[in-house]
Parts: sequence; structure tokens; C-alpha cells
Amino acid sequence: MPAVLEIEGLRKTYKSRRRGARNALDGFDMRVEAGQVHGFLGPNGSGKTTTLRTLLGLIRPDGGRMQILGHEVPEALPTVARQVGAIVESPQFFPHFSARDTLSLLAGAGEVPAIRIDEVLELVGLRDRAGERVKTYSLGMKQRLAVASALLKSPKLLILDEPANGLDPGGIREMRTLMRTLAESGMTVVLSSHILGEIQLICDSVTIISLGRRVAYGPVEEVLAQHSSGSVRVRLEAVADLAAAADALTRAGARVTPHPDHLMLAGVDKPAMVTRLLAEQGLYVSELAPVAVDLESVFLDLTATAPVPGQNRQVDQSTKVGGAGQPGATTGGWGA
Amino acid sequence: MSLYRTELRRLGKRRFTRWAALLGLLVLLAVVVGGFFTNEKLDAAALAKAERAAEQQWQQDVRNSEQFRAECEKAKNGGTAERGQFPEDCAVIAPPPREAIEAEWFLPSTFNFRENFGFTLLPLAAILALVGFIVGASFVGAEWNTGGMMNLLLWRPKRLTVLLTKLAALLTGLLAVALPATALWFGSFWLVATLRGTTEKMTSGAWQSFALTGLRGLVLALVTATIGFALASLGRHTAMALGGAIAVMVVGQFGLGILLEMAGARFAEAWLLPTYALAFMQKKVTLENWDACQATYFGECKPETLDITWQQSSVLLAVGLTVILGAALWAMRRRDIS
Repeated sequence: MPAVLEIEGLRKTYKSRRRGARNALDGFDMRVEAGQVHGFLGPNGSGKTTTLRTLLGLIRPDGGRMQILGHEVPEALPTVARQVGAIVESPQFFPHFSARDTLSLLAGAGEVPAIRIDEVLELVGLRDRAGERVKTYSLGMKQRLAVASALLKSPKLLILDEPANGLDPGGIREMRTLMRTLAESGMTVVLSSHILGEIQLICDSVTIISLGRRVAYGPVEEVLAQHSSGSVRVRLEAVADLAAAADALTRAGARVTPHPDHLMLAGVDKPAMVTRLLAEQGLYVSELAPVAVDLESVFLDLTATAPVPGQNRQVDQSTKVGGAGQPGATTGGWGA
Repeated sequence: MSLYRTELRRLGKRRFTRWAALLGLLVLLAVVVGGFFTNEKLDAAALAKAERAAEQQWQQDVRNSEQFRAECEKAKNGGTAERGQFPEDCAVIAPPPREAIEAEWFLPSTFNFRENFGFTLLPLAAILALVGFIVGASFVGAEWNTGGMMNLLLWRPKRLTVLLTKLAALLTGLLAVALPATALWFGSFWLVATLRGTTEKMTSGAWQSFALTGLRGLVLALVTATIGFALASLGRHTAMALGGAIAVMVVGQFGLGILLEMAGARFAEAWLLPTYALAFMQKKVTLENWDACQATYFGECKPETLDITWQQSSVLLAVGLTVILGAALWAMRRRDIS
């Protein structure tokens, strides 16, 4: 599939006299293929918004290459901007203008036919409130307006930063459906979000960023599979037998983590081996369940941002590719 | 072109623009109405009334001087005159000659278009400049503050084109208000002069002079609007322009004025911006240094003078405009938008 968005070795350093230099982007790579819904994930301060702003010409990069729809950006942004719809961070609009005025002014600036305004208002569910001032809108309604503004020019590439922020559950589901519909119509969607359950449901592929570098990428199933530990949860008929079972399984080479009422096993290729082994010892299994890994646990694992009881994690405390415990540094490259 | 039209629409739709323009026009209207009600047309009855008032005043002066002379003589004869209370010779106490009391002094205020209209162009220019400055600052400052500028740049990634188009729309909008307001100003005061004064001696030269002063007023309004716009864009907030203006006025003008006064500087006003604005409008401002005496052939002591011309003011305005607008354009091109 052709790439709609490609980033290679993107670098951005913020320099401060007091705090010195900080690499917001440290050789970041990304590739998004046409027609996909692509999730862009990362902890706070990892460089997601900086990446999007740089891509859209709002921030000057210090190094690296970017392409949108086959054009080098930021040089070709005036050419491709008409085909890229984007919202970056919290939606902000002039509070005294109505939604219709806001969209009308954007449509005027971008030479978009006025009929498109009603189409997008209908699409995001703001048709009946379009004449009200934006300052009377809830966060979710502003979010809908932001999505409407991004959709106004019928873009080929839609970039949405936290589009579900502030939406009610119904709104989140509508947004999910909208994203899928847009992708099916041929639009490529890049979603940055912290609602990982949503990302897992909506997205075809993901990129995970931590401290300015890519830590994982690819189709969602592949990323999950790569980080699946093959965990299995085992319960026995008699809780008192857990210790003996743990001993037998450890001797057989499984990594066992005892819990008060069950055992967690890792490194088990065939769960049937567990029942056979324990039955031979006279221990009878009441539950044997493979534990499916989800995107949230993969994300927390990859970025090392899982909460630890008694510790207050700071914003920049997350995993850096190539750092301690991360031997497999990415090499980057177009479509890597 | 679509961006330019859109920015004009945006400017017109903004509540602040509408209120500021309306407020400015109301102040101008108040000046015209005030001018109308504080002036009167001079007819024969008014002249006769003034003559009578002058006569009454002279007679009062005669009575006063006669009374004073009588007191003087009485005190001299009685030997009770205090030193310095009366002149040596009481005969020198005399009433003023009749012709010294002019009837003109007792005439009501009248609006002489040729003599007075030029001064009214100063408040016109000042109010248009003030409205231009705050609307210009708010127009771009609010865009930065609310994220509108970022939204717009996602549609139109050419930063300088966006900023300059916004500026062009602002100046067009200001001209659209200022030109008719100036024309109405001319017309209103012509009406005031016709009904409450005189329009005599209006030559083509006088008209040309007024037209050029009005034109300089428009230029001043456009320049201040551009400076307000550029300052707010530079600071990415309306408050940058308004705060900057207040800082310049308080620190740069009042503070500097007091400092120069204390230091005994010659022509302290030459360092203050309002002097140049006034010179730009009036073509010339002559500053006087009363601490220096320049003797004339007749032994008279004249103060030292310094002329500030409108050409010098133009250079100052042009340099200030270039520096501030240039800095705003440079920042727009170079600085990250976050």
C-alpha cells in the first residue's frame, strides 16, 4: 500500500538557557498507509503533539524528512494543505462566533463551497446548534466543531489529536463509527489518543512514541502479538494445592507467579501441557484461561509508564528506545 | 483574494471592532455637537450687545479709577498711606482710553471655519488613531490568543501571506470607517460654521491645506493601527500592544519628561512622541527654551527655538513602523507556533 504519511529521523530540540537542551523528537520515524485508521500513541510529553505540529508546518524541525501524500513537507505544505484536515490539541475557536460563522470563515479562507458547511455540521451532530456562540458550547461540542472544521475540506488525510476528548459515551461511539466510515470511503485517518481501548477498536495500525522515539509500530494485531507473553491463568479445585502445583510447573520450566487464589504462568506454549502435568500429580484444574494482552498493557509496558504503588511518576519518566532494558533500538527508515 | 475577503468578513463580524468603531464615532459626534452648541452666529444684535458690554465695562473702569484716585488723595492728605499702596502721584491714576476696551472681547464664541477647523482635525486624527490601534491589536491578538491563527495556518500554511493579508484587511476596514468619518467631519463642521459661525475667506489654498491635514490624520491612523497590529502579533496577545503602549506613555513619556525636566535638558519636548505627532499634523511645532536669551536689535530678549517639522516626524514614524512591523514579520516567519 502506498504511504500517505512518512516521517524519517525527525528531530526537534528545545533549548533553554536555564534548563539546557531537551530533545522533544529524537530521530522519530512513522509511516501511515493509505486508507488506514492509524493510532498515534504516547505518554504525556512524549512528542506526539510536537510531531503533528511539525508535520503541519507549525514548528520548524531541526532534522529529518517528512512526506505527506508523496510531497516533501514543510516545503510543499501550500500544495498539500488543501488535502489535509487536522485538529491539534484542544480545539480553540473565537468564543463570540457561532459554529456556522467559524466554519464559514474557514471555508472562505480555503475556498471550500458553502454547501459543505451544512454537510459537516450534520455529520458531527451540530446542525441544530450551529447558530449558537461557541462560548456556550461544552468541551464535547467544541470537539465536534473541531472535527467538523477538519472535515470541511474533504481531506485525503485527516489528523485528529484527542478527538474523543470531552465526548460523552454516545459521542465516542459516534466518533468511532465516523472514523471507520471515513476510512472506508478512502480517507486516511491518524488518531492521537489516550483512550487505548478506542484505539484498539478503531485502528488498523499504531505507532507508539516515547521520549521522542518510536518504540513500536505496525498493525494492531502484530503489535499485540509481539508483546503477548503467553500468560495463562490457572485455578485449582482446592486452593490448598496451589503451592504443590506451582512447584510442579516451575520444575517443568514454566514461569509461575503465585496469587492467593490462582497462579499466573508465563512462557507456556501449549496450555494443554498444564492440565496433563497437573493431572499426573493428582492436582485438578478448575480453570485454565489464556490471558489476552490488550493495547493498554502493551503501551504501559513499552513506555514503562505503568503506575507503581507509592511512587509518583514524572512526565518525562518513560522508556527511551536504545536505553536501559531496550536493546532493540529501531533503525528507522522509510516504511521500516 | 478569498483570504482577503474572509479576513474582511472576520474583522466586520468581531464585536470588539463594531463597539470600538461605534464608540469612536460617538465621541466624534459629541465633539461636533459640542462645537454646535458652544458657538453662535454673529449678527448685528450680537455686535450691538458686545458694544454695549464694552461701554459698560469702560464706564465701570472709569468709576473704579476715580474711586481709587480719591482714596489715594485722601490717604496722601491724611498721611495714612501705607508704603507701596498708592503711586507717588495720585494724578497718574486714570481710566483706560475708551478704545482700549474692545467690543470683540464681549462677543460670544463663533466658529470661523477658516481659523478654527484646522484644530478640530487633531481630535479627529487622535480618535481614529486610537480606534485603529486597539482594533488592530485586538484583531490579531485575539486570533493568536484563541488559537484562530493556528487554525488558519492549517488551511493557509504561508505565514507571511496570512499575516499581511490580515493587515491589509485591517487597514481596508479602518479606511472604510475613517474616510467617511473624515468626510462627515468636514461636512459637519461646515454646517456648524454655516449655522453658528462663518465660512468666509475659504480659498482653494485653505481647502487644500485642510485636505492635506485630513490626509495626514488618516495616515497617522493607519500607521498606529499597523503598529498596534504588529505589536500584538509580536507578543501573540492583544495585551502586548496595549501594555506596550501604556508602558511607552508612562515610562517613555511621563517618566522621561520628568527626568529631562529635572536634568534641565534643552527642548525636553523634542524627546517626547506626542510632539512629533502634533508636528506631523500641524506641519511644524516650535519649541522654546526660556532659559536662553537671544537678544534682538531692539534689546528685546527672545527665547531660543527649535522647529520640529512634519518631515522629521514622517521619518520617525517610518522608521518606527519599519522596525516594529519588520520584527513582527520576522517573528511570524521564524518562531514556532505552539
